[in-house]
Amino acid sequence: MVGIVGYGAYVPRYRITVEEIAAVWGKNAETYKKGLIIGEKSVPGLDEDTITISVQAAKNAIRHGAINAKNIGAVYVGSESHPYAVKPSATVVAEAIGATPNMTAADYEFACKAGTAAIQTCMGLVKSGMVEYGLAIGADTSQGRPADALEYTAGAGGGAFVIGMEDTVADIEETVSYTTDTPGFWRREGQEYPRHGARFTGKPEYFKHIIEATKLLIQKTGYGFDDFDQVILHQPNGKFPLRAAKMMGIPADKMKLGLLTPRIGNLYSGAVPVALANVLDYAKPGELLLVTSFGSGAGSDSFAIRVTDAIEEKRANATPVETYLKKTKNLTYGRYAKHRHKIRM
Amino acid sequence: MPHRKSLALVWRRREQRYKMVGTRCATCDGHFFPPRGFCPNCRRKGRIEEKEMAGTGKVFSYTTVYAPLEGFEELAPYVMAIVQLDEGPRLTAMLCDVEPEDVEIDMPIRAVFRKISEDGKSGIIHYGYKFRPNKK
Ligand SMILES: [Zn+2]
Repeated sequence: MVGIVGYGAYVPRYRITVEEIAAVWGKNAETYKKGLIIGEKSVPGLDEDTITISVQAAKNAIRHGAINAKNIGAVYVGSESHPYAVKPSATVVAEAIGATPNMTAADYEFACKAGTAAIQTCMGLVKSGMVEYGLAIGADTSQGRPADALEYTAGAGGGAFVIGMEDTVADIEETVSYTTDTPGFWRREGQEYPRHGARFTGKPEYFKHIIEATKLLIQKTGYGFDDFDQVILHQPNGKFPLRAAKMMGIPADKMKLGLLTPRIGNLYSGAVPVALANVLDYAKPGELLLVTSFGSGAGSDSFAIRVTDAIEEKRANATPVETYLKKTKNLTYGRYAKHRHKIRM
Repeated sequence: MPHRKSLALVWRRREQRYKMVGTRCATCDGHFFPPRGFCPNCRRKGRIEEKEMAGTGKVFSYTTVYAPLEGFEELAPYVMAIVQLDEGPRLTAMLCDVEPEDVEIDMPIRAVFRKISEDGKSGIIHYGYKFRPNKK
């Protein structure tokens, strides 16, 4: 069955706390910490971007899957922070991992769900026999306008998945999507920061699409929420996924492993991929995972994923997400501003 | 490292800069990075083949740069190191993900793929290897 042959993640080592940001703007840190359920967020190094993050995650995924990069027939990089407006990130990534030149590649963009859209595309290519392996990546180094609420959460990181038919560590039993034209969050060409309709992003966007896509998956698979061992929902902050889970009657203890935003911020296209990688780090054979992404604009992709016996065999090849969650370096707001290229030189 | 590089030159060297592809002499097992097309030990008996370096090694020596070259202003202060690769070759590279005061001689390091420089805000972005601490 089509599934994940190898996976890998990467999160930059730098962090900034909610307290450090709030102090600069004269805000009460506790309000954000409680309101958004966030403690700190990841910040990219001065020399890191969506391409470098994708390369590291992809290398980890290829090593974990123990495959030859030359057998990858398709590379898709999903992000809303591609370094170039015109020139694909995917070609640089494919070259750096040694997958070129007999392959296809493209960049994807769908706010925070471009990475899961890439997984679905790879599933199609693999199932139809067009390629042996597809590499799906979701990565971002998103920016929040200084003093905007998004500044407290916009983080950096990404995850990569080798999709194939043989030696899978987890089979993708089913996937469905729910998509509408809903404007809650956007960034026009040439603009540095995104804008959001503050009230629009919650109810009609995030909750509506997450819940409808998940309901669709439940209908199509015939599973109940009790059948799932772990649940991963898109996590723009620490609060939304917990609230969505509560609305659907999913117990909070199934959300723990797959909720990383409180520690690393919102990774946008990288959020669900990194959270899924973390859950797979601890997963046992036979476990069933429910994964639902969300991208503004708007849409959700939902997946039912069954962990296989190979998860144990390949575990020694993995670079656990936890590797990147410890040994971090906290930045002052001054250094953070430099890291985000907010200081003009 | 000049700020504005020849696009063709940079492109031709991407195997070397992206994947640390060097060469190896099959006769004496000597490794070369940057790649050499000729083995100085075996001379005419040398058999040169392509070889990707593992990317692991240690700091042989280093210096902290406070007065950066044009195009690297934002990175200052940064550490330039002579890196001793496990395969033998020595090369000069920038260190990353480390504070200058934490760098030590013989510190284990490994290559990572990073943004090296960019030709201004509208130009091409150059990627390649840097080295970061490799502590277990
Ligand atoms: Zn020789």
